Amino acid sequence: MADLTTDFLGIKSPNPFWLASAPPTDKEYNVRRAFEAGWGGVVWKTLGSEGPPVVNVNGPRYGVVYGADRRVLGINNIELITDRDLYTNLEEIKRVKADYPDRAVIVSIMVPCEEEAWKAILPLVEDTGADGIELNFGCPHGMSERGMGAAVGQVPEYIEMVTRWCKQYYSKPVIVKLTPNITDIRKPAAAAKRGGADAVSLINTINSITSVNLDTMSPEPSIDGKGTHGGYCGPAVKPIAMSMVSEIARDPDTAGLPISGIGGVTTWRDAAEFITLGCGNVQVCTAAMTYGFKIVQEMISGLSQWMDEKGHTSIQDFMGAAVPNTTDWQYLNLNYVAKAKIDQDACISCGRCYAACEDTSHQAIAMSEDRTFSVIDEECVACNLCVDVCPVENCISMVALEPGTIDPRTGKTVQKDYANWTTHPNNPAAQAAE
Amino acid sequence: MNSPYTPGIAAARLAPDDLAENFADLHAPLDGHEAAVAADRCYFCHDAPCITACPTDIDIPLFIRQIATGTPEAAAKTIFDQNILGGMCARVCPTEDLCEQACVRELAEGKPVEIGRLQRYATDTVMAKGTMPYSRAPETGKKVAVIGAGPAGLSCAHRLAMLGHDVTIYDAMPKAGGLNEYGIAAYKSTDDFAAREVDWLCSIGGIEIKTGMALGKELKLDDVVGCFAATFLAVGLGGVNALGAPGDDKDGVDDAVSFIETLRQTDDLSSLPVGRNVVVIGGGMTAVDAAVQSKLLGADTVTIAYRRGRDAMGASRYEQDLAASHGVKLLFNAMPIAIHGNGSAVEIELERTETTDGTLKGTGETLRLPADQVFRAIGQTLTTDAGLDLDGRKIAVTGAGRTSRAGVWAGGDCAAGGDDLTVTAVAEGRDAAMDIHATLMGDG
Ligand SMILES: Cc1cc2nc3c(=O)[nH]c(=O)nc-3n(C[C@H](O)[C@H](O)[C@H](O)COP(=O)(O)OP(=O)(O)OC[C@H]3O[C@@H](n4cnc5c(N)ncnc54)[C@H](O)[C@@H]3O)c2cc1C
Ligand SMILES: Cc1cc2nc3c(=O)[nH]c(=O)nc-3n(C[C@H](O)[C@H](O)[C@H](O)COP(=O)(O)O)c2cc1C
Ligand code: SF4
Ligand code: SF4
Ligand code: SF4
Repeated sequence: MADLTTDFLGIKSPNPFWLASAPPTDKEYNVRRAFEAGWGGVVWKTLGSEGPPVVNVNGPRYGVVYGADRRVLGINNIELITDRDLYTNLEEIKRVKADYPDRAVIVSIMVPCEEEAWKAILPLVEDTGADGIELNFGCPHGMSERGMGAAVGQVPEYIEMVTRWCKQYYSKPVIVKLTPNITDIRKPAAAAKRGGADAVSLINTINSITSVNLDTMSPEPSIDGKGTHGGYCGPAVKPIAMSMVSEIARDPDTAGLPISGIGGVTTWRDAAEFITLGCGNVQVCTAAMTYGFKIVQEMISGLSQWMDEKGHTSIQDFMGAAVPNTTDWQYLNLNYVAKAKIDQDACISCGRCYAACEDTSHQAIAMSEDRTFSVIDEECVACNLCVDVCPVENCISMVALEPGTIDPRTGKTVQKDYANWTTHPNNPAAQAAE
Repeated sequence: MNSPYTPGIAAARLAPDDLAENFADLHAPLDGHEAAVAADRCYFCHDAPCITACPTDIDIPLFIRQIATGTPEAAAKTIFDQNILGGMCARVCPTEDLCEQACVRELAEGKPVEIGRLQRYATDTVMAKGTMPYSRAPETGKKVAVIGAGPAGLSCAHRLAMLGHDVTIYDAMPKAGGLNEYGIAAYKSTDDFAAREVDWLCSIGGIEIKTGMALGKELKLDDVVGCFAATFLAVGLGGVNALGAPGDDKDGVDDAVSFIETLRQTDDLSSLPVGRNVVVIGGGMTAVDAAVQSKLLGADTVTIAYRRGRDAMGASRYEQDLAASHGVKLLFNAMPIAIHGNGSAVEIELERTETTDGTLKGTGETLRLPADQVFRAIGQTLTTDAGLDLDGRKIAVTGAGRTSRAGVWAGGDCAAGGDDLTVTAVAEGRDAAMDIHATLMGDG
């Protein structure tokens, strides 16, 4: 069986599946049970400064977006950092780490943007024996108004400064957790690197309102008739998270900086995808909150089966494998021509492809009297919309035209050579091919 | 060629093509798309009620999630970890009484997750590849005898072989498999699945099967116990209860299990004779299987006569409806009092019954049905007790199948406790193997 052990910044864990800093990791009871269930590591729920802990609302914290059959696609929350006493947390972390030396225990921290505050908490965290720290520069609600969380994460200079303090007052790896509530994710990542961060982790949650109650006119979750924006997470945010991860993996300023991938990881496949985009491991929150700790068993069995099938013996084997294939639009091959093709045996004649193409795309699907649907090659631009909306997997496929054949839509011969927008005649800024 | 209306008992009542169609899979296997849609309905329940309802405790939500995430091989491993005959169980378990009855979506919508068919999808994937996901632990040098190659014996043998012991299975019949091979309805186990499953299961190594060796004839328990470090008895229930009605010995009156056994071993179903008018006496799964298969062979009328009401019937409502959907008539509150005919059965006479204060009595009212063939399906009995203590009419056991004799374990239908089901036999065989292992390795 494939070896799932991961070495992230020198921190070893039996598998790449860590629980993200959130309610699943808020206390010793949870974390012990998570480790018994098989999780490779945890990032402890974010700790704040000494003194009276923050308070949470006493009404609903979560809103939700469902798919068919009430499947949870996204959750948002208005929860804050831990509302338990700092010393209680520290004692628990120390006990758990001592009992589970083979698992990763990372402590998430968010204290005010002042050197004294960091100087005060870091020795206490160091004393727990935890393997590293994660700086929560992400929380988009409640804490940012107090000048912490996303308020720091949106200012690269602050990130750099705080990271530097942490490297100064703490001896083990420092991971900087990034907020997605920013225009260009490469800026905070580069700042973290400049500050000396050992890694970045992303994404934290996304500003969101999941729904509005049309009777009370309050956003959900509603606290006594009022709501606020919360942090969105779960399967719905995975595409956003993966794009941000890939940006950091590709950018020359940050390429090679270790990344812990977070955002919508729900199955082994999601995890594998994050890893191919350059992550050294993944963190999970919503999937555990939806299905319980046990899902890690499926993640472990699925990832190792896939690795065995592909002949990968370690996580390193495929880490970052998709990064070289992630490029800018202008470098995509414009000589690549495909056509949609409908497998008539698989088609159930629902007509969704027709509606999509006829009403909103290129009128490239024909419908016969007896509900046979077929692609008109003369019109098909290979946009993929029909493939996406077809309810039957693999019923419509994209078939590449062989070089040398004629594209019936343009009447032109398909070229073998790669050619992109930078050299295209329609591009006013085109340069002659080198 | 004959027809359903040919008098008496006759072969070839239907054309070969119709027979082939009738005896095809009762539930066609799911294809990939159907499996994905079916798997998507599972809620991944916490401490799932379906697991509790499975006699082998298969982690159902986990295996369904593994199917949903595109790894049916991992799903099969989850199933086989608990139930090495998960392939057969997927086909024969009365899921409507077990996991699917307990499924929360049965409660929510009256439509459970199709656990049985998903289990088949996963196990078929691995068995089609012919891979055995387990290997043997280093050899312990211990030898264990298993008597009876039915589901209990096979499950025990596989687990013991996996733990490094050498297993010899003895069976009285010419083929291994027990009722999987000789008893299960043909449309539940098609394409010689029982034999293929035995071969696959034995591919782990360390298991030798010796057929044509019957305890009480070729074998004596004392001799076996003398040669092996432990013995597991899994001989099932060989005998069949008698009707106790006059005419029980006429031609055309037979045991349902013998009829099914012959059917299961017949390659050319058009050579198998069946009555024009068939009456099956009994109310369990065997009665339903005999009745439905008679109908599928081309019998004109088939009636199940059961002496109590519908609710008391051993066969589930699902099985009853299955029989009815094939055109089998269910006759309740009627018990046989005589079979008439000159040498061969022609008619059966039944008396109406009623139950007062818990006792069943005839009401005096009688009815007669034409019957060229009458099948007894009123329960099987233990035939080989090998001198062990009994609990009622089965071998008494404590814990994980320990009998009254040290070094001898028993499980499956022949042992007391548990339902007489394939899946229960598998669970008991597995648990006895673990107990035998612990005992042999000195921590039991
Ligand atoms: C007609 C019929 C249909 C059924 N249908 C279903 C169904 O759909 N689903 C379900 O879950 N259950 C069904 N059952 C019940 C199920 O088949 C049994 O519960 C199960 O097979 C019991 O397994 P076992 O290993 O204990 O015994 P068996 O399967 O009976 O195996 C016993 C083995 O021991 C051998 N043996 C017997 N005596 C000796 C001896 N003296 N020496 C050596 N070997 C011996 C036999 O040859 C046989 O191979 C059905 C039963 C019958 C009769
Ligand atoms: C209720 C809730 C509380 C959270 N609290 C924290 C926190 O205290 N610190 C932190 O860094 N991230 C926190 N997060 C963000 C998660 O760690 C994670 O980054 C995010 O949920 C995306 O991952 P997911 O899609 O797997 O849930 C929280 C998320 C949720 C749902
Ligand atoms: S999930 Fe638990 S704590 Fe939360 S509202 Fe429901 S019962 Fe209360
Ligand atoms: S969407 Fe798919 S299934 Fe529906 S008509 Fe088009 S090709 Fe057929
Ligand atoms: S009870 Fe039904 S829905 Fe729940 S885990 Fe079992 S199969 Fe899935």
